[in-house]
Amino acid sequence: MNIPVASYFILSTLLFFIGVYGFVARKNLISILMSIELILNAVNINFVAANRYILPNLNVDKPLMEGYIYTLFVIAIAAAETAVAISIIINVYRQHKNIDAKSINELKH
Amino acid sequence: MDYTNFLFMNHEISLVVVMVLVLLTDLIFGDKNKKLCQYAALGLFLAHTVLGLYLGHISDMGNSSPEVFADMYITSDMHILVKNILNIGTFLVFMFAFRWNTTENKEHSSEFYFLTLSTLLGMYLMVSSGHFLLFYIGLETASIPLATLVAFNKKQKESAEAAAKYVLTAAFSSGVMLFGISMLYVSCNGSLYFNDILEAFDKQPLQIMAFACFIAGIGFKLSLVPFHSWTADTYQGAPTAVTAYLSVISKGAAAFALFCIIGKAFAYAPEVWKNILWWLIVITITIGNLFAIRQTNMKRFMAFSSISQAGYIMLGVAAGSALGMSSLVYYVLIYLFTNLAAFGVISSIENETGKLNRDDYDGLYETNPKLALVMMLAMFSLGGIPPFAGCFSKLFIFISVFEQKEYLLVFIALLNTVISLYYYLLVVKAMFIKDPKNPIATFKSDNMTRVGLIICTICMIVLGFISGLYQYIESISF
Repeated sequence: MNIPVASYFILSTLLFFIGVYGFVARKNLISILMSIELILNAVNINFVAANRYILPNLNVDKPLMEGYIYTLFVIAIAAAETAVAISIIINVYRQHKNIDAKSINELKH
Repeated sequence: MDYTNFLFMNHEISLVVVMVLVLLTDLIFGDKNKKLCQYAALGLFLAHTVLGLYLGHISDMGNSSPEVFADMYITSDMHILVKNILNIGTFLVFMFAFRWNTTENKEHSSEFYFLTLSTLLGMYLMVSSGHFLLFYIGLETASIPLATLVAFNKKQKESAEAAAKYVLTAAFSSGVMLFGISMLYVSCNGSLYFNDILEAFDKQPLQIMAFACFIAGIGFKLSLVPFHSWTADTYQGAPTAVTAYLSVISKGAAAFALFCIIGKAFAYAPEVWKNILWWLIVITITIGNLFAIRQTNMKRFMAFSSISQAGYIMLGVAAGSALGMSSLVYYVLIYLFTNLAAFGVISSIENETGKLNRDDYDGLYETNPKLALVMMLAMFSLGGIPPFAGCFSKLFIFISVFEQKEYLLVFIALLNTVISLYYYLLVVKAMFIKDPKNPIATFKSDNMTRVGLIICTICMIVLGFISGLYQYIESISF
């Protein structure tokens, strides 16, 4: 089966904007975090698809791998970020007994 | 592999050694003697700062801008100077945080030092990156531990809320920035080295979109205006030491990194970024100022003041010339001392009485004249009243933009200086003129804070007159 290259980018753009929408519209902190993960996955698809189909290994001795490597770093850092964010959300839950973004509004003028 | 490359990374290596030693002292002595760990951390970091000032002039190594690790890591005398400035600022923050670390935060003081130093390491990497991968790693190394620092008052509702806001917006902004970088990767022939992007950037629509995403991502870090909504809440909820760190160190590092990236990767397409930056700066300065007027909480007030100051720092980026770089670094240096002086006063009053509102500062001059004097100097310097250092840094940064024939931008920035004077003087008025109903009692702040405040005050008054300093910065800017 032959998948056209453009469909990868359509998928990643869709994922990105679903993530942006979720970040803005969702009220639960965990859902917001999940939306951010969607954005990062869109980035990963972009990198990998670009590296595989648009910039294939022209030179066998010195293949271009920047996209793949970048993806690995993004995955690792996203994991670290999620761990910190989850721990902070747990702390928010302990203090506020709630993780609804609307009801966490101590700080405002 | 060529191990001599590591010689150029002496700042990073020395900082990692300090971090490991801080952890080790806490592991060995932490149970019995927390105070010893604190002094060890302070002493080690002081040693690192002094060492950084003396070691590592790149030009002495025979190569003024070496390409380390296949161009991944860039260093020069300017990068070394910026790292030294960040070091000095961090040390001042540590001094102001000493009291907090010996009382409220005694249990976790070593963690505070370790996390702050790891953000500093991230900023080092961000500043001297030559590739978007290292830039991203540096940015995240700087912002993930900062989120935990914001949440440091574990038992406080405000701190938890501020941290949640910070970590979510930081993750979102780096996601947007990464999306931009991935589009840049697609459209620039599959290389993310700044040097390769410089050649490949030919203003395709995809590239311009990628650049806009990138600016949005870093705009969050710098708290430029459309992306600033996290700033006030995070600054208010975070522990005061962390607020000071956020407002000065992380902002200065991000501004310099942005300058380097724009100067290296997008230098051939100034018409693309000049327009974006023009609008960003105008709204950042104006909105920051207008919102600062109506704040009564001092930390929130400083947050909006630092938003508008970030706009002034961005003027140096908009100039985009060697003069722009030297005036940007000079501005960051002066801003560091000035803002930290203000935060030193705020944190010492908060530690003593827990009061944070501007109304609480009424009549501060009668009870605590020295603190009021330092605060007044800081406000004058932030507002740019001569002969304090803030005036000179504003002057240089305006000159650098004026040289680029951006007259309207300079005019708007000047107008905003007048507005900013109003709210800075409101604080001075509260301290000196208003009748105190419920004045803050006379108190003596601890020695560390006092030494820090004295250093800041001297630098605020004297640095503007030391012309050699600016000449040195100018001689090494590129």
